[in-house]
Amino acid sequence: MSLDTPFRSCTDTPVLKERGQREVFCGLTGIIWLHRKMQDAFFLVVGSRTCAHLLQAAAGVMIFAEPRFGTAILEEKDLAGLADANMELDREVARLLSRRPDIKQLFLVGSCPSEVIKIDLARAAERLDGIHAPNVRVLNFSGSGIETTFTEGEDACLEAMVPALPATDAAELLVVGALPDVVEDQMLSLLAAMGAGPVRTLPARRSTELPAVGPNTRFILVQPFLGATHAALIKRGAQHISAPFPFGEEGSTLWFHAVAAALGLDRAKVDAVLAAPRARAQKSVAAVAETLRGKSIFFFPDSQLEIPLARFLARECGMIPVEVGTPYLHRELMAPELALLPHGPTISEGQDVELQLDRARAARADLTVCGLGLANPLEAEGLTTKWAIELVFTPVHFYEQAADLAGLFARPIRRHALLTPEAAE
Amino acid sequence: MKLTLWTYEGPPHVGAMRVATAMKGLHYVLHAPQGDTYADLLFTMIERRNHRPPVTYTTFQARDLGADTANLFKDAARDAYTRFQPQAMIVGASCTAELIQDDPGGLAEALNLPIPVIPLDLPSYSRKENFGADETFFQIVKVLAKPLPRTEGVSCNLIGPTALGFRHRDDVTELTRLLGSMGISVNVCAPLDATPADIARLGAAHFNVLMYPETAETAARHLEKALGQPFTKTVPIGTQATRDFLAEVATLTGLALPADTGLRQPWYAASVDSTYLTGKRVFIFGDGTHAIAAARIAAREIGFEVVGLGCYNREQARPVRAAAKAYGLEALITDDYLEVEAEIARLQPELILGTQMERHIAKRLGIPCAVISAPVHVQDFPARYSPQMGFEGANVIFDTWVHPLVMGLEEHLLTMFREDFEFHDAAGPSHHGAKASARPEALAEAADASGGDIFEQKTGQEPATGEVIWLADAERELKKIPFFVRGKAKRNTEKFAADKGVTAISIDTLYEAKAHYAR
Repeated sequence: MSLDTPFRSCTDTPVLKERGQREVFCGLTGIIWLHRKMQDAFFLVVGSRTCAHLLQAAAGVMIFAEPRFGTAILEEKDLAGLADANMELDREVARLLSRRPDIKQLFLVGSCPSEVIKIDLARAAERLDGIHAPNVRVLNFSGSGIETTFTEGEDACLEAMVPALPATDAAELLVVGALPDVVEDQMLSLLAAMGAGPVRTLPARRSTELPAVGPNTRFILVQPFLGATHAALIKRGAQHISAPFPFGEEGSTLWFHAVAAALGLDRAKVDAVLAAPRARAQKSVAAVAETLRGKSIFFFPDSQLEIPLARFLARECGMIPVEVGTPYLHRELMAPELALLPHGPTISEGQDVELQLDRARAARADLTVCGLGLANPLEAEGLTTKWAIELVFTPVHFYEQAADLAGLFARPIRRHALLTPEAAE
Repeated sequence: MKLTLWTYEGPPHVGAMRVATAMKGLHYVLHAPQGDTYADLLFTMIERRNHRPPVTYTTFQARDLGADTANLFKDAARDAYTRFQPQAMIVGASCTAELIQDDPGGLAEALNLPIPVIPLDLPSYSRKENFGADETFFQIVKVLAKPLPRTEGVSCNLIGPTALGFRHRDDVTELTRLLGSMGISVNVCAPLDATPADIARLGAAHFNVLMYPETAETAARHLEKALGQPFTKTVPIGTQATRDFLAEVATLTGLALPADTGLRQPWYAASVDSTYLTGKRVFIFGDGTHAIAAARIAAREIGFEVVGLGCYNREQARPVRAAAKAYGLEALITDDYLEVEAEIARLQPELILGTQMERHIAKRLGIPCAVISAPVHVQDFPARYSPQMGFEGANVIFDTWVHPLVMGLEEHLLTMFREDFEFHDAAGPSHHGAKASARPEALAEAADASGGDIFEQKTGQEPATGEVIWLADAERELKKIPFFVRGKAKRNTEKFAADKGVTAISIDTLYEAKAHYAR
């Protein structure tokens, strides 16, 4: 960007919409991080052996601690009659809850097969809630691949929680989206120092800390994939604070400034609070950006984090996005991001994986961000890749993680240069 | 409906993928919802394959269900043919597509593609991964393999190795070498690295080597019936089984037996350093074929005591039950991970030979473990050559199983100097790195964090013998016994006390039991 040409954003860039084979996870995958975030919740998938196999494979490794998720696997006899399936479900839930008395929230999670055979999990959740209340709250959402793509599973889960939240008239700030505890604590302490309190989070770590919501609630998202939760909160009368997402120094600052403006906080005080972490983030990102500057990047669609990440990499690290693919483009939530993303890349929504692979091979970007199924095959073709799933399994939000986020992209490039120094020249 | 936390086998279409991914020139069009593509990563990540599995998924979504999923399938199959130009195609449905009943076989046939199109019928709600692999390979063989004149020299087919198999790649190399030493050439190896054209050549071999009954027994039986090819019944894992296998091949072909080239395992087991292996209590669990082979090696070639034997694939229940009976055991046939964990906790073996799943159980219970069977993880696909079959396989197995254990002389020294604050059992075997920890008793007198903590059952169950209690001094004495024999000592003492009608175990009871069980 030079000073004499006006900045041109991606706001008006036409979107390449594709429909075809999609190489993406389904929403069940979100359970992998949600079950660690909500410490008294259990996620019971009503599905097939495929669902159980996915959950075990998607995490890449099995988690040593006994997981707070499981799959009630449908068998031949369950497909025969629905009354039967409901009784079976009641029995499995009763057994599970007696084994795990520490569980206070139970999510019945719909899957592709449960949706196709139309098992009514909403009614099942209501019935089970009646049986196990007040000890256990039973809710339901769908993580099926026919309804949700990867991170939309978290969106569906949080959306399901919204109607059950208590009502309030208190003027509170609600921060929405699952963050690693350490990152959440950093954010909360900055908000407290700015005078933004009281601040609530959704999801909460424990069911006893669930936020209340009402017409005086102001909410802001920390994850870009929460479109349905956003709509559900607006339905409860809460007011949305629109902002770019808190990735990188710039994204985090704009995010905090949006909160400050909405709550009418003293800007001088806010800037004083943010000064030190901003300076740290700028300095540490600049060091990592040495590796990234001038390098091209191609995003396959995965988590809906792609557009905010491309914005961060382009503006703070000097990378050149070639294509930014997203599984779904939420126009309203993405508007602040597209306004910042420099014009140039193809913005694509949805996927036809073979056609997109053709484009990725033609582009031969310096870094290709893609799913685990594609990464090694593309490496074998001589492309340098970054597994997209690491971006949702690593603390990457806000100031202190900004350089770590840049580092996730720099490491494959540095590694490639280490192992094949002749190619790096 | 059955609650499952972890699963040993994937759904049957993953078995079909293991066959398709192993082969070349074959394409699989799978009617499946968005998300089922996760299965690609099993091959590209766990097995580090450098190609995508040759699978086209229709990845239908909710909006397609109201419209026309059948046309979606037809378009996907046509596009896949155009793009990949396979020699043959297999078509089928995943669990969700099975419910919408689009009939992929009929739809594909209607396309009139100029290649063989093989429909698969894999019932997702009653069968699992191994069935899927076995059935898929059988269907491919049934359609493509035709009678042919036999090769001039004696030749065989190696059948059964697939993608994502436990050491299949190296087993093929080892068996090819072993059979070569008898003057037998390999006509076709399948599914691994075979093309549909190769499958058509199967009939030229004189006999089939059935490497893995889990994935190729139905095909072997079909080839026997349709093409008159006998197949080998012995799976050559272990020294004795390899010799039996060679004898079986010699009988089938009339060729002479080869020498035991490169075999070191029997001498390693006989050498005095291995004396400490005698009677070590092992628990064995895996797929039926590997579990049976492991039990034979453990009991007859290394001198362990097999205290538990089982498999997760019901298809192999009968031979596993028979094998278990030979060791005086009742086989554990289950695909419930928690049941396996409870059984291991109850038996307190000194070594677990299992799958990736048992490695986790072993870690929780603080018991040494080696992996002998799928399901496996990325570290079970080593860069080096490490077969399970043949004589080199026997060598590899000896090394792999002995490695997690404390070595012979070290075991004695730990017993002698068990009160030493630096050299103690919780520090772990000295040939394993990165485990030096302070003696736990020195840190917290009450807590035994050695990993062999048998008073706190980590599975959340009460000890089996609840009525016998340990007096404090006896409990302290028990903790002085090294962890790798402590479980056995506790069990024996409790059983001895129960038999004698003793309800409170004292130091004397402990040593009386020790004397009673001495041998």
